[in-house]
Amino acid sequence: MCADRVIDITALNKSFGDFRALSDVHLDVSLGERIVICGPSGSGKSTLIRCVNGLEQFESGSITVDGINLKDPGGVDRVRSEVGMVFQQFNLFPHLSVLDNLTLGPMKARGLSRADAEALAMEYLERVRIPEQAQKRPRDLSGGQQQRVAIARSLCMKPKIMLFDEPTSALDPEMISEVLDVMVELARDGMTMLVVTHEMGFARKVADRMVFMDAGEIVETGTPAAVFDAPKSQRFRNFLEKILQH
Amino acid sequence: MTRTMKLWALLCGVLLVTGCSGGSSNWGWYVIDPSTAQGASNVRFLIGGFWATIQLSLIAAFLSMLIGLLVALPGMSANRWIRLPSRVYIEFIRAIPLLPMLFWVFYGLPVVMRSLGMPITIDAFWGAIITLAISDSAFTAEIYRAGIQSIPKGQTEAARTVGLSYSQTMRYVVLPQAIRRILPPLANQFIYIVKMSAFASVIGMQELTRRANELVVTEYRPLEIYTLLILEYLVLVLIISFFVRWLERKMGADESR
Repeated sequence: MCADRVIDITALNKSFGDFRALSDVHLDVSLGERIVICGPSGSGKSTLIRCVNGLEQFESGSITVDGINLKDPGGVDRVRSEVGMVFQQFNLFPHLSVLDNLTLGPMKARGLSRADAEALAMEYLERVRIPEQAQKRPRDLSGGQQQRVAIARSLCMKPKIMLFDEPTSALDPEMISEVLDVMVELARDGMTMLVVTHEMGFARKVADRMVFMDAGEIVETGTPAAVFDAPKSQRFRNFLEKILQH
Repeated sequence: MTRTMKLWALLCGVLLVTGCSGGSSNWGWYVIDPSTAQGASNVRFLIGGFWATIQLSLIAAFLSMLIGLLVALPGMSANRWIRLPSRVYIEFIRAIPLLPMLFWVFYGLPVVMRSLGMPITIDAFWGAIITLAISDSAFTAEIYRAGIQSIPKGQTEAARTVGLSYSQTMRYVVLPQAIRRILPPLANQFIYIVKMSAFASVIGMQELTRRANELVVTEYRPLEIYTLLILEYLVLVLIISFFVRWLERKMGADESR
């Protein structure tokens, strides 16, 4: 195994009942690599990244994250402490203030004191440019602000890898760029990222590699320049036509 | 709520006035008339059952909430073999009427325990508490399940991805959100326990109903005594309702902050 490889997905298979969600998926990710996964809905792209941190179980194949096999005893918990995740629906804790959303993980899972956790939280709130919202409840924030809080919440756990599951799909159009800007900065800082998104502008700007999925398979992969300018498969061409036509 | 209370007060007032006015020979309020020595002693005897009823209900409700949670949590597992005992418990306990279960616990359980080499004595107080708690726990378990399952799955997922364990996720993320939805039906269940505690009278527990029964036997005035008994439960339940509304308002206000 190559030394700087942080994710190793081999021969992954998963079904929901009769529906084949993933079939024979192979994917390696190197440290610091930014991967954008796209594909039509139901193609298995969300399922794939949810398998990486154990939110979905899989039937066969193996996933190794930073040398930890997910199927090892306690493997899921150890992997989750290395991997942050941002969801389409933000999933902030509505009963807690923004600050408490950020400090919960560091305090309960990492054992930080409240003072240390709050200092850490404020540092990341500055980074996503909303420190002034710290005392508010999530519901009082706009969608774009909520998603930036969610990103900061994940970063507080100092993950090695960040997973993004359609982070801008639930946002109003005018709020998409403020979230993407934060993600671009994160990419510049060298974070290893797996991003499921339809934002092809973002993909062109930051992706080291594009992965196109359809019907549970990885159909095509390559640098953005290569796959956008000369898609090899008909399925990818059809998909690009649909999302780029307006 | 206040309208219901007014209506009740009116109804009780009418009953009292028609009864006390002496025009009808069917009523004999002297039996619980506090201005006479015998009446006052009778009323004290009846009201003396409050403490036992309250104790019984509170302990049984507390145990029921505890057992209910312990039954509900494995009942939501993704693993069917962990889920199964919880489902069996709920279906089984829910199907047993309270009175037969009370008889079984009071008369039968000591025999079973003795044959297992664990001789225990169960007095009326604990017999009633065990029965009420277990019988009610099947319902509280379902209340917890409904409340917890009403919290979106994304909340659990987000909590797990920021490193919280299952029990931390429950304690800091899911239960604080679920409690607002759980509280009203749980209060309902508590009122139900208060009323069902009357069954403890049949195994000799000296609570409100038992005392009323005993007084009826000596005084032969069932109408007046049972009217007072009903009013006693009414007062108790209204106090609980009032307290729960206050609690709900408090939590509701907290939520909208």
